[in-house]
Amino acid sequence: MKLPHRLHGKTICLIGLMAIFGSLGDVLLRKGMKQIGAVSNWRPDALLATFERTFHSGSIWLGISSLLLFFVAYVLVLSWADYSYVQPASATGYLFVALLGYLLLGEVIPRMRWIGVLVICLGVLLVGGTPPRTTEEG
Amino acid sequence: MNARDAVFLFIVIVAGTGGELAVTHTMKQIGEVQNFYPHHLLRVILRAFRSGWMWFGLALMTLSFFSLLTLLSWENVSFVVPVTALSYVLGAFGGKFLLGERVEPRRWIGVALVCLGVLLVCVG
Repeated sequence: MKLPHRLHGKTICLIGLMAIFGSLGDVLLRKGMKQIGAVSNWRPDALLATFERTFHSGSIWLGISSLLLFFVAYVLVLSWADYSYVQPASATGYLFVALLGYLLLGEVIPRMRWIGVLVICLGVLLVGGTPPRTTEEG
Repeated sequence: MNARDAVFLFIVIVAGTGGELAVTHTMKQIGEVQNFYPHHLLRVILRAFRSGWMWFGLALMTLSFFSLLTLLSWENVSFVVPVTALSYVLGAFGGKFLLGERVEPRRWIGVALVCLGVLLVCVG
């Protein structure tokens, strides 16, 4: 099925926003959880206390805000594009996550992991080359 | 990756993908969003929240979110997030068998490459 040109532009723009906000959100969540510390006590009250602490963290809130913007872009694009197109195409964010983790959090990333992330992106490019909608409009 | 990481990764992926499929189902019922004015968007969002599928999807996504937070308290984001790409396998199958989307061979090759990439990230 051939798609109207306007759908391609809108889709690419929103998927770009998803990649940026999604990866930035994940990096900020990691920053916040690093400050809070590893979850190690599985008693319900201790778990609740840990997750309560997450909501007092500025990094966590910034991360959640970024992920909410991701979610808005995501829900909008899903109203016209297929799920099995949008989910893989938005995954260029994996490269951004690794880059931001390296640049902002100083994470040590072995060469094999970089290669793995690039292979993921290659898979994403293959998936992204297919039409955004395969089901009939209705 | 140890067993503890694997269990939480499984929850992140299954609950996250299940939630996304439920939200997709809701949005497909609502139809293509063509008007991006705030009052129109608000109406679309309010309509979405009148659907039980939207709430079910959000509940699953919440479970996935807290599992992700737990994983992120243990491991680096450059490991955790790429490994969650395993959801592609589930996403492609879910799109095909639950939503009736047509998944082309080229897309399946892409999904297979993503799996290989995840394996390399785990080895790295």
